[in-house]
Amino acid sequence: METYSLLREFADSWMLLFLFAFFAAVILWVFRPGSGKEYRDTADIPFRHEDKPATDEEART
Amino acid sequence: MLNYIKLIALGLVTLFAMIAANYARDMAYQVHAIIVAVVSGGLFIWTLRGTGDVKTTPQNEYLDGVVRAGVIATAFWGVVGFLAGVFIAFQLAFPGLNFEWAEGYANFGRLRPLHTSAVIFAFGGNALIATSFFVVQRTSAARLWGGNLAWFVFWGYQLFIVLAATGYLLGVTQSKEYAEPEWYIDIWLTVVWVAYLAVFLGTIIKRKEPHIYVANWFYLSFIVTVAMLHLVNNLSMPVSIFGSKSVQVFSGVQDAMVQWWYGHNAVGFFLTAGFLGMMYYFVPKQAERPVFSYKLSIIHFWALIFLYIWAGPHHLHYTALPDWASTLGMVFSIVLWMPSWGGMINGLMTLSGAWDKLRTDPIIRMMVISIGFYGMSTFEGPMMSIRAVNSLSHYTDWTIGHVHSGALGWNGMITFGALYYLVPVLWKRERLYSLSLVSWHFWLATIGIVLYAASMWVTGIMEGLMWREVDANGFLVNSFADTVAAKFPMYVVRGLGGLMFLSGAIIMCYNLWMTVKKAPAKEALATAVPAE
Repeated sequence: METYSLLREFADSWMLLFLFAFFAAVILWVFRPGSGKEYRDTADIPFRHEDKPATDEEART
Repeated sequence: MLNYIKLIALGLVTLFAMIAANYARDMAYQVHAIIVAVVSGGLFIWTLRGTGDVKTTPQNEYLDGVVRAGVIATAFWGVVGFLAGVFIAFQLAFPGLNFEWAEGYANFGRLRPLHTSAVIFAFGGNALIATSFFVVQRTSAARLWGGNLAWFVFWGYQLFIVLAATGYLLGVTQSKEYAEPEWYIDIWLTVVWVAYLAVFLGTIIKRKEPHIYVANWFYLSFIVTVAMLHLVNNLSMPVSIFGSKSVQVFSGVQDAMVQWWYGHNAVGFFLTAGFLGMMYYFVPKQAERPVFSYKLSIIHFWALIFLYIWAGPHHLHYTALPDWASTLGMVFSIVLWMPSWGGMINGLMTLSGAWDKLRTDPIIRMMVISIGFYGMSTFEGPMMSIRAVNSLSHYTDWTIGHVHSGALGWNGMITFGALYYLVPVLWKRERLYSLSLVSWHFWLATIGIVLYAASMWVTGIMEGLMWREVDANGFLVNSFADTVAAKFPMYVVRGLGGLMFLSGAIIMCYNLWMTVKKAPAKEALATAVPAE
């Protein structure tokens, strides 16, 4: 089989399936239980450390 | 030690550029070799004079000098790009403006790529680099990685702009829309872009926040994807190392497909993803409330990058491109409508509970109208990608109108909003010099865009219908010159719209200048900061 047909067949099957599954998994992951609280905290990032970088003590993990 | 390596490299570059200027096979290449020789020679002397100085970099403050420089460059290139646009708009209305004495340098064909690249890459690119450096530091709570590498990115990018712009006027082009610069300018941009990626990624890696804020996701996808697009679309073989001409590796319909895969994703990742990064930081900051839904922003991100990359073939309906490919492009363009509007809703709803700010804060008004134009042009785009609609709209001024409602409305307005936010913060000012001047800018720009888009809809649909009109015997009714004559009034209206948009930008520059000069300084922090 020449390269084009080989890549085309792969792209039309397994790669398509992988990309679709990845995307579906992202959506499920976003709505996992407990995510709301974490995302509320993340959404507040722009309102911290406006003037200068965090020191090592302030760093959050 | 590092300085010695720099000196050797700069010396070699200067020497090679001087040799290249001597052996140059065409004038444009010679001019570019001289520019490079002067710049690298100057840098050599500058580096030599600084060698041995001990420099300290304070790690307890943000690197904002480069962002300030980026803000100035954005405003400057914006005015240059808008001015070029207004001039070529009037050249189309009044062909006499293609002056006899400037033929071959300042006629429409030479100035048009100068205009598109000046607004997209010089104005938009500087805005993206400056805001991404600002945002990534604040949201990572860390100083930019790589010391002065950020300054290299800034000045390297300006050199790219100067080489590209002079090249257009002198006729250096590889004839690919939005990728006109020739091989050596492409190589230079690649070097600058890799440094940009290193600075941005380095800062993210040393961040002090556990999560990477969504604006950085958009900026990062913009940097990575533009690198990939640039490399593939510019694969070419120079005819000579001492000449500007190169030959493309791809040919025929493959070349066309690669070009529009590049072209559409330049829109998707340069003008959309990058500017969405801006939206996800500056709209919450100006509205003083977090983004409406962080969950939606994550879905928005993944949906956008998964879909955009496929939409390119809609630029090649009814060409040698196979039908399946152009159908694929069309379908993905239509599906793309959903994430686009998801992002628009997320941006607009960030204001929920703060809608009263629209009345009092002209900056938030600017951001809202920008998101509104984003929604409008991401509806118009999918519609125009449908094959039947495209058969009417393609090659007409409708396309130009669509591009400008996106570029002036979405990219322009969100950038103006970001600049109005940034200048008082970066120059430590209490507030802007004048809010009523911001209102003037807002209305001039908005009415200008409406005039522009409306006249292009009318003239685009009119010319599309005139081209396809046939009489009872199947003969075409109109000659091409008939359509050109019929478009004249709309071309004048378009030029006036552009003139209003340009005046608004000049008012902005005055306002920002006076903010730095005259606005009251912000009170210094009460706590003393130790100097390091």
